[in-house]
Amino acid sequence: MVDAICKEIVLRKCEIDGEIATIYFGGGTPSLLTNVEVDKILSTVYSTFQISENPEITLEANPDDLTKAKILEFSNSAINRLSIGVQSFFEHDLKLMNRAHNQTEALECIVLAKKHFENISIDLIYGIPEMSSEQWIANIEKALSLNIPHLSCYALTVEPKTALEQFIKKGIVPPVEDDVAQEHHAILIEMTEAAGYDNYEFSNFCKPGWESKNNTAYWQGKPYLGVGPSGHSYDGNQRSWNISNNPIYIKKINDGELPLEREVLSTRDKYNEYVMTRLRTTNGISLKEINENFGLIFSEYLSKQMIQHIDSGLLCVKMDAIIVTKKGKFLSDGIAADLFMINI
Amino acid sequence: MKNIRNFCIIAHIDHGKSTLADRLLDVTGSVTAREQQAQLLDSMDLERERGITIKSHAIQMDYTYEGEQYILNLIDTPGHVDFSYEVSRSIAACEGALLIVDAAQSIQAQTISNLYLALENDLEIIPVLNKVDLPSANPEEVTDDIVDLLGCNPEDVIHASGKTGFGVENILKAIIERVPAPKGDPDAPLQALIFDSVYNTFRGIETYFRVFNGEIKKGQKIKFVATDKEYNADEVGTLKLTQIAKQSVKTGDVGYLITGIKTAKEVKVGDTITDFANPTTNIVEGFEDVKPMVFAGIYPVDTEDYEELRNSMEKLQLNDASLVFAPESSAALGFGFRCGFLGMLHMEIIQERLEREFDMTVITTVPNVSYNAFTNKNPDIPFIVNNPSDLPDPSTVNRVEEPYIKATIITKSDFVGNVMSLCIEKRGMIINQTYLTPVRVELTFEMPLAEIVFDFYDRLKTVSKGYASFDYHPIGMKVSKLVRLDVLLNAQPVDALSALIHADNAHNIGKKMCEKLKELIPRQQFDIPIQAAIGAKIIARETVKALRKDVTAKCYGGDISRKRKLLEKQKKGKKRMRQVGNVEIPQQAFMAVLKLND
Repeated sequence: MVDAICKEIVLRKCEIDGEIATIYFGGGTPSLLTNVEVDKILSTVYSTFQISENPEITLEANPDDLTKAKILEFSNSAINRLSIGVQSFFEHDLKLMNRAHNQTEALECIVLAKKHFENISIDLIYGIPEMSSEQWIANIEKALSLNIPHLSCYALTVEPKTALEQFIKKGIVPPVEDDVAQEHHAILIEMTEAAGYDNYEFSNFCKPGWESKNNTAYWQGKPYLGVGPSGHSYDGNQRSWNISNNPIYIKKINDGELPLEREVLSTRDKYNEYVMTRLRTTNGISLKEINENFGLIFSEYLSKQMIQHIDSGLLCVKMDAIIVTKKGKFLSDGIAADLFMINI
Repeated sequence: MKNIRNFCIIAHIDHGKSTLADRLLDVTGSVTAREQQAQLLDSMDLERERGITIKSHAIQMDYTYEGEQYILNLIDTPGHVDFSYEVSRSIAACEGALLIVDAAQSIQAQTISNLYLALENDLEIIPVLNKVDLPSANPEEVTDDIVDLLGCNPEDVIHASGKTGFGVENILKAIIERVPAPKGDPDAPLQALIFDSVYNTFRGIETYFRVFNGEIKKGQKIKFVATDKEYNADEVGTLKLTQIAKQSVKTGDVGYLITGIKTAKEVKVGDTITDFANPTTNIVEGFEDVKPMVFAGIYPVDTEDYEELRNSMEKLQLNDASLVFAPESSAALGFGFRCGFLGMLHMEIIQERLEREFDMTVITTVPNVSYNAFTNKNPDIPFIVNNPSDLPDPSTVNRVEEPYIKATIITKSDFVGNVMSLCIEKRGMIINQTYLTPVRVELTFEMPLAEIVFDFYDRLKTVSKGYASFDYHPIGMKVSKLVRLDVLLNAQPVDALSALIHADNAHNIGKKMCEKLKELIPRQQFDIPIQAAIGAKIIARETVKALRKDVTAKCYGGDISRKRKLLEKQKKGKKRMRQVGNVEIPQQAFMAVLKLND
């Protein structure tokens, strides 16, 4: 697989013009990679593309993979940021979500990681069935007390065909309540704000200056190249995504063929994506940018569509930017849909 | 005249009427191979798709039997209770009837009531056992059922298969030998019965008729008796697969007439055609002005399409005289039309034709029957209520009457209990119970028509596992304890969701209505309280919680495109909804009250 990934990188050399600012090992379980494998991929990247001076290089990791030895190994590579899928510091939640790690591992790996990495992010999940507000507060407190500079927090989504879905269907586990998720979200905002974190994107919180540069690029509509099975790429005009099947992926790459599908975005698609992603961030939507990038027809449409939401207190205008208010935050998907331009 | 045979077909839906009719056309050489298309007689796409006949049709076949040339006029009849008046007029135009019974399913309620009509009109009945080739066929038992019902001999029952063509020659033989030739006086003044009309874009209305006495000639000045209007018979002829223009259509024969009439309303099924100068004194009996039984509002989804909807409805009315409509306005839906239909199927057909033929997306409101309200001020003069919101203030109402029907249900004896409890739940009163055969029972009820409108068919099908057939006839108005159930969304009453309901059921229906609406109204950006109320009293309440969930999921490189498409789809869905106040209501929600038990 690593060989195939390196081959793909070389095959796609011409897809990137400028400098690469961030590198991200994510999706699946990249923490299974050995130090040697990480180095191999990184050196291929370095020899193929131009890399900026201080790139952000992140590795997504599961707590059960982050043994003392492994952390040491990674710290000797070019990786300078860890994103750890902690999910929760409580055994009950971890069992419910079918996680491989336990609460001890969750805590220990962070303590160990902190010795070698400064730039650490952890994932936490709220709105879990039977999770009380007190438990959620305890989770946040734990994260804050560990002095982690970056948090990504998501509400639990019950995916189809999972054990959890079956449990809920059979009544073994109570369903996830929206009200509870919203309450947890409110607690999260309040506690992180008090601790000096920025809620710079709907699900992301950081101490000033510790934003994920990689993820911020997505929300700013910057181009990116994703390699490996299921890797998604965007060149500013078209999106493409690799096939998810591993053996087919490897075979095609070995045949010198890119196993991907493409979709060209229309101006309207780009406008809609801009609106959708920007509403999630503190930057908000800039009417000026809309005007420059999409034209008057879009900025006028947007101005017309946003009035009702400003009137109802879900959106507000700050300087040039249109941002969601605290009240609107939880509803930003619906607001985005209202601001979308679509043809029927 | 002695070589003319006029006959119709009586059959239940799905018992193979149209297929067998096609087979008759085949064998008599009335269709060339090129013209063949499954179920020729059902000319509307909708009819073919649903396998039902909505309009009557007529076709003439030539057949040589034992060296003599015969003219066979087949008058195909609609196969649904909504159109029973049209059926009765078709029957009145014939001397004989093929009674087609599915060899697996035996006789159904609808068939029996049409059979009675045929017997009342003195028609010669030729029983045909159809689909005998099916593995599930049970010819012996079903033959016994037919023999019991008609008092005929088992040998009189013809075995046939519309699919293979088996038995078709025997049917033709029986038509010629057993159906009497028409009687009538060729020299008497013209007397003809209108049994159907069809709209043709280029030629206007084509009137289908049967001549009883005299003849109708091209260029003759004629009169329609009931409407008292005179016309010139621009063209007359007989109905082969295409029309064959003739100089005249003579006594006993069936034909078409073109007079330049542009709207179907002028041609009333059941009316008598006669000569203008020398009118008959002998009017064909049984004419009725068909009245709509079920009313509902039809509104454009987009308020700007009102005029277009009006044009579409007017065009529909050109070929469907039984559709009536009048403009109305609703606080919730804006401008639309209150429409009268013959029944629920008719309503569905109109709605579907609007969508298909005119590309109109419409909102249909909860259907209701026509009530008579009497106020304390005028306790003897009925005030007709075709729309729940027309019901006068309860404090001024002396009484309300609602239409009742006599319902006939035939089912297997196993399901009698289930059917009875359903009918009693639907405020029915059992009048009679007869065992047609040891396992088939006919139940007769008197019940309010309004209860048929509310999910009766579906429930009947469920409780009888599909083994029940149903037919009804109006029997007049009865006093009833009715209240208006209003629905409030976000504290705003939505008039289009109001319904008149019997007081005893109001709480139960109000509760179910709120639950159903909660299911149907998509979550929006705020909580939406749903309330059911009688007058000022709230009797049930539910809440549609605000939509917020998706925003809490990840949104990175691979998620953006998928998420955008999801939100775009959501927005497109909203375009098909109707905004009432600040609540978006989908089309189906307006019919929610009909689906309370789904």
